[in-house]
Amino acid sequence: MEKDTPPKCNIIFYIRRFDPEHDEAPWVQQFTVQVERGMTILDGLHQIKETQDSSLAWRFSCRMGVCGSCAMLINGKPTLACNTQILEVTNQTITLAPLPNFAIIKDLVPDLEPLFEKHRYIHPYIKRKDLEEMANPTGEYFQTPQELEKYLQFTYCIKCGACIAACPTMATDRDYLGPTALAQAYRYNTDSRDDGFKARKDMVDVSHGVFNCHYAGECSRVCPKGVDPARAIQLMKRNLVLDYLKLKRHKKPAHALKSSERVEQKPKVSAPPFTVKS
Amino acid sequence: MRETAYWTWFIIAGIVLFCLVGLHMMIMHLDGLLGIFNPAGTVSLAWKNVLFRNKSLFFTITYIIMLAAALYHGFYGFRTILFELGLRKATQRFITVFFWIVGIGLFVFGAYAALAAKAMKI
Repeated sequence: MEKDTPPKCNIIFYIRRFDPEHDEAPWVQQFTVQVERGMTILDGLHQIKETQDSSLAWRFSCRMGVCGSCAMLINGKPTLACNTQILEVTNQTITLAPLPNFAIIKDLVPDLEPLFEKHRYIHPYIKRKDLEEMANPTGEYFQTPQELEKYLQFTYCIKCGACIAACPTMATDRDYLGPTALAQAYRYNTDSRDDGFKARKDMVDVSHGVFNCHYAGECSRVCPKGVDPARAIQLMKRNLVLDYLKLKRHKKPAHALKSSERVEQKPKVSAPPFTVKS
Repeated sequence: MRETAYWTWFIIAGIVLFCLVGLHMMIMHLDGLLGIFNPAGTVSLAWKNVLFRNKSLFFTITYIIMLAAALYHGFYGFRTILFELGLRKATQRFITVFFWIVGIGLFVFGAYAALAAKAMKI
């Protein structure tokens, strides 16, 4: 689309507005923005705020697809405004709305509190029994690259909420834990340093938990970071079923690695210093 | 029972149904080709064929397993749909208990019918 578009052109932005203090229902406002190559949706919004309507509200921070603040519904697809080139998605009109499946704070600003509540609920951190080692570490927990590979893609989640906005189950069941929290539960369960499978099992094995996923796969389709939450959810179902059938092998969590134990020093390559002093 | 247990048995019931519905299709609709389980000709619903299957221990067991699988699979699916209406925990518990009672009642009734047909003296 970008090749057929002149260097500068006018694009019409249809933006859903809503101010809970003044409006009874959301309404749509039209803006015309002069767009040139390289401009993102976020740039377009800045231009509108600077030159046309300073009351327009949206959320942003890093401007480079890392913080996840500027997720919104762009031409019907939940994605990041900072990561979307205007001329790559349209050469005429563009429709912007806040993320569905969230309450609206104002205009394009969704209330992400339920996302973070559910994220906190699944204990998104390494859980272990050796509390003394956790409190006063004597080394670093050993993990092979192969063990890292098992959960690495799920660490790329930036909690932007795009997956929740796209989830059809979430649209009908607000108590559903949702793809963000469930993918992170799987991420930590799969981490070889973690020992929290049993604790998290009680959190996700509930009526609005992991088995509520209908496997529409929309969460994976819209994720701006290429994370596949649908896969994490299906793999977690498998782990839970294997655990129920007593067929799951529970490995001991990785032990703390003291100094250079089992570390192969490659010639001329110096390893970075340990972050924990033993 | 936890959701994992409910879901695991739901999947197992689905696999059982898949096999038994396949058997049903073979007996009821492909018998002209396969000629099995219908000793009195290719009309599956002919009285003698129905009687033969009712008297067979294999079919009595099959009917009871299929009944259990169909009831469990169906009621679990219905329960899942109802739960997505955003019901309170107490209501969810009531629905679960209610479906267990109704399901077991229907199973006992259906299993009795299959066993009575087996024991019938004709």
